Amino acid sequence: MAFLSLRGVRKSHPTARGEHVVLRDLDLEVNEGEFVAVVGPSGSGKTTLVSLIAGLMRPDAGEILLDGAPVTGPGPDRGVVFQNYSLLAWMSVLDNVLLAVESVSPELSADERRAKAERLVRLVNLGEAMHKKPHQLSGGMRQRVAVARGLAMEPRVLLLDEPFSALDALTRASLQQELVRIWMRERRTIVMITNDVEEAILLADRIFPLTAGPGARMGTPIDVRMPHPRSSRAVNLEPAYHEARRSVLSFLVGQRRASLGATLAGVGA
Amino acid sequence: MKESKLGSLLLPLGGIALCLLVWTAVSRTIAPDLPSPLRTWEESKPYVLRPFFKDGEMNQGIGRFALLSLVRVAKGFALAIALGTPLGFLLGLSRTFQRAFDPLIQILRPISPLAWLPLGLIIFQRSEPAAVFTIALCAMWPTVINTAVGVRSINPDYLNVGRVLRLSRARMLRKIIIPATLPYVFTGFRLSLGIAWLVIVASEMLTGAPGVGGFLWQEYNSLVYSHILLSIVTIGLIGYALDRLMGVAERRFQSA
Ligand SMILES: Nc1ncnc2c1ncn2[C@@H]1O[C@H](COP(=O)(O)OP(=O)(O)OP(=O)(O)O)[C@@H](O)[C@H]1O
Ligand SMILES: [Mg+2]
Repeated sequence: MAFLSLRGVRKSHPTARGEHVVLRDLDLEVNEGEFVAVVGPSGSGKTTLVSLIAGLMRPDAGEILLDGAPVTGPGPDRGVVFQNYSLLAWMSVLDNVLLAVESVSPELSADERRAKAERLVRLVNLGEAMHKKPHQLSGGMRQRVAVARGLAMEPRVLLLDEPFSALDALTRASLQQELVRIWMRERRTIVMITNDVEEAILLADRIFPLTAGPGARMGTPIDVRMPHPRSSRAVNLEPAYHEARRSVLSFLVGQRRASLGATLAGVGA
Repeated sequence: MKESKLGSLLLPLGGIALCLLVWTAVSRTIAPDLPSPLRTWEESKPYVLRPFFKDGEMNQGIGRFALLSLVRVAKGFALAIALGTPLGFLLGLSRTFQRAFDPLIQILRPISPLAWLPLGLIIFQRSEPAAVFTIALCAMWPTVINTAVGVRSINPDYLNVGRVLRLSRARMLRKIIIPATLPYVFTGFRLSLGIAWLVIVASEMLTGAPGVGGFLWQEYNSLVYSHILLSIVTIGLIGYALDRLMGVAERRFQSA
């Protein structure tokens, strides 16, 4: 049985004009130690999916199982890097990361925890900004703090909601490599939401395409058969890369057409 | 830039000048008992120029009276926030607590200091604690309500971080809920201090305690009307200074 599995999950939000179904009948199976990416159009329900797996929301129907046990709330086995960073505004960069270190490693001494948090802050290249408050940072810097905090949680499943979207190409590439290194070393399960098809192919074992909402479902996963670590240059020479890229893009374009068609039909009616 | 700086100094002075003019006109025409600004100044001079002289309980420099009032307000305000802040957190955190006490608070809130004071006198038998009690009871509500609103309007993202990190209730309170609410709490403190100062006059008038308000009432009874005006101006200036001071503290917490 899969390590993380979602079966027939449905989630809707109440709105003024009745309920808005975001995810309908959604299935997802992720194996232990696997790195999967979820791609999908904006507003299709990717963040909703992350909140469901994190246990911050309950599904209306269906079940979410982690290692065989149903998910009923947040747990130390799941860490999240939030799309909107959600840094605590009154804490420095270091303290934001330290808070996560403290909650997962209460057995360490204060010095050890601090050293660990500092190491993570340096890992995301924020050594210089260690004692700054979030409002003194750029968007990309905040995003990196969020990534450092997510890594500090040392969860069995790391949920990353578009974790590198605000970064320049160079910083992004270095953090992608770092993430793969950590993943290969510690063999965590990673579920990464991304809008960047290249990124998904570079990092993930499998890519799950989410159909356009409302009522989004999971499309057939696309396997990426290339050994890790993958360098973006070498990957370009692999037929498997182009094959995966073609599959994902044609799915997404098909979705776009379908939803555009639906919209046009709606306008015509 | 320069012009606006000039304006920000000149315009308020113009407003004050206009007020003095109206005051003079009123004292000359419809209210002959009202001392003119000039007479007010002449008769107040000894109290202002030697602000800390003491010549008996009810004949002291205005600075000394102000200090007595400020100490009394400080006591009442301290009591108000010591009671109001935890009460506000409880109201914000617990639906049950809110449902139980919100109606009561809405009923107690509009009660005038003039109504509380006799009750304080009955309870404490002495005027000083009665005055402090009155100040505290009237001044605590903005702290209570702002704190409760602050707790309820915490960004849910912050709470989600706490939930994902599985913080204990105590740590959630200390690391997330209290710091996130602090700006609201300080706004409450500033408003509470404003009310505490507002109430001082009423409570000193009724108890006859020495202070700016007590002085005002005594001088009214002794027909020295210029000293009423001196007290009024003093009360206004100190109230303004207190508000500015709390505003600075409030902003410091908002940017933190
Ligand atoms: N709290 C909420 N109340 C009502 N509707 C919501 C709520 N949260 C999300 N939605 C709706 O659910 C849908 C999916 O939102 P979600 O944030 O999961 O999308 P997303 O795929 O993460 O988009 P993006 O790529 O832009 O981040 C959207 O249509 C949004 O309007
Ligand atoms: Mg999203």
